[in-house]
Amino acid sequence: MSGTFVGMPAFPEASSRAVDDAQLRYNLRKATHTIRARRAAVVGEQPDWAELRAAGAAIKDRTLRHLDVYLERLESAVTAAGGHVHWAEDAAEANRIIVDLVKATGETEVVKVKSMATQEIELNSALAAAGIRAYETDLAELIVQLGDDLPSHILVPAIHRNRAEIREIFTGRMAAWGRPAPENLEDDPRALAEAARLHLRERFLSAKVGISGANFAVAETGTLVVLESEGNGRMCLTLPETLISVVGIEKIVPTWRDLEVFMQLLPRSSTGERMNPYTSTWTGATEGQDFHLVLVDNGRTSVLADRVGRQALRCIRCSACLNVCPVYERAGGHAYGSVYPGPIGAILTPQLHGIAGPLEESLPYASTLCGACYEVCPVAIDIPEVLLDLRAKVVTKGHRGERLAMGAARRVLDNPKWLAMAQRSAGRLRRWAPRRLPGPLSAWSDTREVPVPPRESFRDWWVRRPNQEGDR
Amino acid sequence: MSSRDRILARVRSALADVPRTERPEDVEVPRDYDRTRSGPDVVELLVDRLVDYKAVVHEATDVAAAVADALRGRAARRVAAPVGIPAEWFGDAEAIRDDPALSAADLDALDGVVTGCAVAIAETGTIVLDGGDDQGRRALTLIPDYHLCVVRRDQIVRTVPEALERLDPSRPQTWISGPSATSDIELNRVEGVHGPRTLEVLIVRAVS
Repeated sequence: MSGTFVGMPAFPEASSRAVDDAQLRYNLRKATHTIRARRAAVVGEQPDWAELRAAGAAIKDRTLRHLDVYLERLESAVTAAGGHVHWAEDAAEANRIIVDLVKATGETEVVKVKSMATQEIELNSALAAAGIRAYETDLAELIVQLGDDLPSHILVPAIHRNRAEIREIFTGRMAAWGRPAPENLEDDPRALAEAARLHLRERFLSAKVGISGANFAVAETGTLVVLESEGNGRMCLTLPETLISVVGIEKIVPTWRDLEVFMQLLPRSSTGERMNPYTSTWTGATEGQDFHLVLVDNGRTSVLADRVGRQALRCIRCSACLNVCPVYERAGGHAYGSVYPGPIGAILTPQLHGIAGPLEESLPYASTLCGACYEVCPVAIDIPEVLLDLRAKVVTKGHRGERLAMGAARRVLDNPKWLAMAQRSAGRLRRWAPRRLPGPLSAWSDTREVPVPPRESFRDWWVRRPNQEGDR
Repeated sequence: MSSRDRILARVRSALADVPRTERPEDVEVPRDYDRTRSGPDVVELLVDRLVDYKAVVHEATDVAAAVADALRGRAARRVAAPVGIPAEWFGDAEAIRDDPALSAADLDALDGVVTGCAVAIAETGTIVLDGGDDQGRRALTLIPDYHLCVVRRDQIVRTVPEALERLDPSRPQTWISGPSATSDIELNRVEGVHGPRTLEVLIVRAVS
């Protein structure tokens, strides 16, 4: 059973732990820099990248502004093609629907394609509670599942693990989940990938129920699209008799033709390849399969209602923003306390959950606002803009201390008499100005010089100084 | 009220700022990106991209001889054969037809599969299968460890938009760009995980 993000500490605490872990920082730096360079090369060779990006953003905006129309269109197209459509308002309802669908097949095991939506709703725990074992089949997800770990990256969930750690996990844990790791397994990536192939092969060939997410759902035709690399996706989508796809309501694109934009934007932004090794598309019940589509809201309609934050729903989960982020590179994915780490997580998590607790309050501050995330985003989500908007929301409804301080400051600044009095007393007391602020305020002064108040305020000096030419 | 109706109602109230008269088409989508481009010969480009993915590529004029040669070179004896692939292509190898449907275990015991394709995209090195007679159902090109794919010159387009124009979304598609691969370990690309570990492509220039 893999862990859960519930009850994660706020970002500053979680990230300081990560920053102290030299191995983690080394793994992250190596991985993010590798993929960053690869993305830059394949984006650079695409002469119309800016135009594709503009089109991608506009197609998503069109979808979001008319999401009700497209959801109904998708539902009728999937149904017409022999699929079954289910609607889930939240994680609990989605899990209930999926558990019931699996139970109806009489099976107690399912194979899974890597899917952010199923992680978000913590499907594996819900299945386990119902006596159903879910096998993750993506290599990185397998590493996370076997290691009883949490994902730390959208595309490469085990990015925080190096080859030696992966070898340890395979050798120690594979036997508990099925075919054991080969004897004398080496830590060469080729050998590790081969071990995963052998471990999962039999499971794929006998699987009766597959569970997936989707990268895109085409409203016009009812077609679902899954991009992947290893072939585990094809195995899970093709071989089982029953396929259940769990899809966030924002994954829609209006038409088949719109894919011509996203099939260029996503692979280059995500893995830094001209095209990912495998993409599967299917429409409704295919080749005799029983097909179920579970549409999930789980907070997305709240994001949609926010006019600034709405753009976060354009996200196609490429993870380019993680790979360029100076904060992610040092803090790692776990510090973000959710399945959505990095800059996109810093805006998506507080929006999906609401500014509900210390984690959500801290995430909008997990950024230097350098803007690199916006620059690489293939659908032009202005992450810094949303971060600033969320910070304003945290201040107005969240931090009580900051609200009190701001309220007092406003009163003083509003009234010239009060201001003059405050400035004069500060000037008189300047000798006693502390170097370190007391109590929780010390967090601020520990990393900054506390400014010493001037001997005299500008206003007082202006009044006091002798009359000069030109003055009235 | 069902969950469906509640979600749709929430979507509508979230979109209260969208004017009632606005239609989806009123949200303008600028499509100034390239539909096609000039550049090197598409066959050369496709070969270059496929080789980059570590696929094996040949050009051929006599398809039957080239397929038989390739199978011999791989020592592939028993090979899955979609109905649209002629028996004479297989040379000394045995063409195993998917009729009645082969089980996953049957397919796993075969040495490979020979197919045609629907479209190939030169710029991205992608071959698209759509379950046509010369390609068969999806499991055929998934389980055997060796996939030999025949691409005709007239099936090659340069760009992704040109490919989508030719494809029918109602057919199940598999887009293949090189053999199966992973970058999950330290972002190192390793070819050969769950899908066929060897992808061999025969490009036939003359339209037969």
